[in-house]
Amino acid sequence: MIEWQWGLVWELAPRFVDATGKTLFAAGGGYGIAVVLGLVFLAMQRVPLPAVRVATREFVELIRSTPLLLQIFFVYYVGPQFGLILAPWTAGLIAIGVHYGAYLSEVYRGGIESVPKGQWEAARAINLPTVTAYRRIVLPQALPPAIAGMGNYLVGIFKDTPMLSVIGVAELMHTATTIGAESYRYLEPYTMVGAIFLAISLPAAFCVNAFEKWVRRKLGMAK
Amino acid sequence: MTEETGRYPLRLEGDGVPMVRFQKVTKRYGPLVVLDELDLDVAPGEMVTIIGPSGSGKTTVLRMLMTLETIDGGVIYVDGEPLTHMVRNQGLVPANSAHTRRMRSKIGMCFQHFNLFPHMTALGNCMEGPVQVLKLSRKEAEERSMELLEMVGMADKRDEHPSRLSGGQQQRVAIARALAMRPRIMLFDEVTSALDPEVISEVTSVIRRLVSTHNLTMLMVTHQMGFAREISDRVCFFFNGSIEEQGPPAELFEAPGRERTRQFLNAVLEAN
Repeated sequence: MIEWQWGLVWELAPRFVDATGKTLFAAGGGYGIAVVLGLVFLAMQRVPLPAVRVATREFVELIRSTPLLLQIFFVYYVGPQFGLILAPWTAGLIAIGVHYGAYLSEVYRGGIESVPKGQWEAARAINLPTVTAYRRIVLPQALPPAIAGMGNYLVGIFKDTPMLSVIGVAELMHTATTIGAESYRYLEPYTMVGAIFLAISLPAAFCVNAFEKWVRRKLGMAK
Repeated sequence: MTEETGRYPLRLEGDGVPMVRFQKVTKRYGPLVVLDELDLDVAPGEMVTIIGPSGSGKTTVLRMLMTLETIDGGVIYVDGEPLTHMVRNQGLVPANSAHTRRMRSKIGMCFQHFNLFPHMTALGNCMEGPVQVLKLSRKEAEERSMELLEMVGMADKRDEHPSRLSGGQQQRVAIARALAMRPRIMLFDEVTSALDPEVISEVTSVIRRLVSTHNLTMLMVTHQMGFAREISDRVCFFFNGSIEEQGPPAELFEAPGRERTRQFLNAVLEAN
């Protein structure tokens, strides 16, 4: 029987604090890229140029239908063969940002499509230009239903950061594996990783929920 | 389109130009013909009510005027100018967005389901167009909006969001919102159909006041035959995408000349 060693846990704690910081940075940075890219993908699917719309649509589908791990490998290992040499961190953030950007563009689209057609018609009846109708009427109403989906993917991107360990980004998973190789102890490091993920994911999900309610109240659209 | 529209005047001029003219206007959804070469004139200041069975194209008439629907044939003139066409090289071509927006500014519309902006207060709904489109200062827009909310009896609810208002109250705010743009033509699309019977009169009395105090041209689609009869200058009975019969309300309701009109009026009377 292997016994749980509290001593080892305290000994490893500082390295995990450092790795947690890196994991949060990877998740936050990747999410920041994804939020913006999602808007870009969305906008490109609504421009009056059919070729751009179709190309973007196909690209988003491609990203959503292939594994994130494959995309990380593509950026990191295939990129250099075309002269695109990226550090693990850069490659990882790009891959995860594009991947989640594709998903977020779908979340945004769902939010916009949930706004009733009558809102567009009312906007047109008072002669609002299209851009103003988006900005003042449609997007504010698309936001609350989109927040739940955006929150899910925020937790999702956080839980997917271990995939970056395969290209050598020193986040939590990578740290635990390194420790295991050094000390031949796997129980404590991997348990600690699980505990840290749980301790962050649960409150985050709760906060997202509270934020959605707050936005609805702010917009006077409380259910 | 250009060839086909060659036989339409580029603009209407002279005495007695109608505020609205539909000239051979056709609307199709796929194989279904909703409006079949419709001709309809509405004089300035006239109140015209459109009645008819569902699917007869009556709502489509209003929606085309508001440019919410495209037009498949013919020309609509508003205040003498083509609505969805503009003049290029002595011919009519499809309008660009600048022309469409200029023409649209003459028209206001109220909807069956109100379509108030749920994230704005009653006052915010009314101020949106004046501020964003007419570029009035917030102070001017608020003054204008409050005047109208006063008129529809909703001034005390200025800071409420639509979700806290009854249907009748929402529709009155929607009327104020449309009027805040100072349109010359108002369109009422079944504005009482979604209301509980006891609040219908809140809305009809506002429209009645508009008819007597404003010089607006109005088109109304309604199932309220009593109301239509009381306030309309003219009633049009639509059937299968064209006007089956039209005339002053007393005439049309008392002595309909066509069999289909009689059948429709009888069916409506029985239902009430």
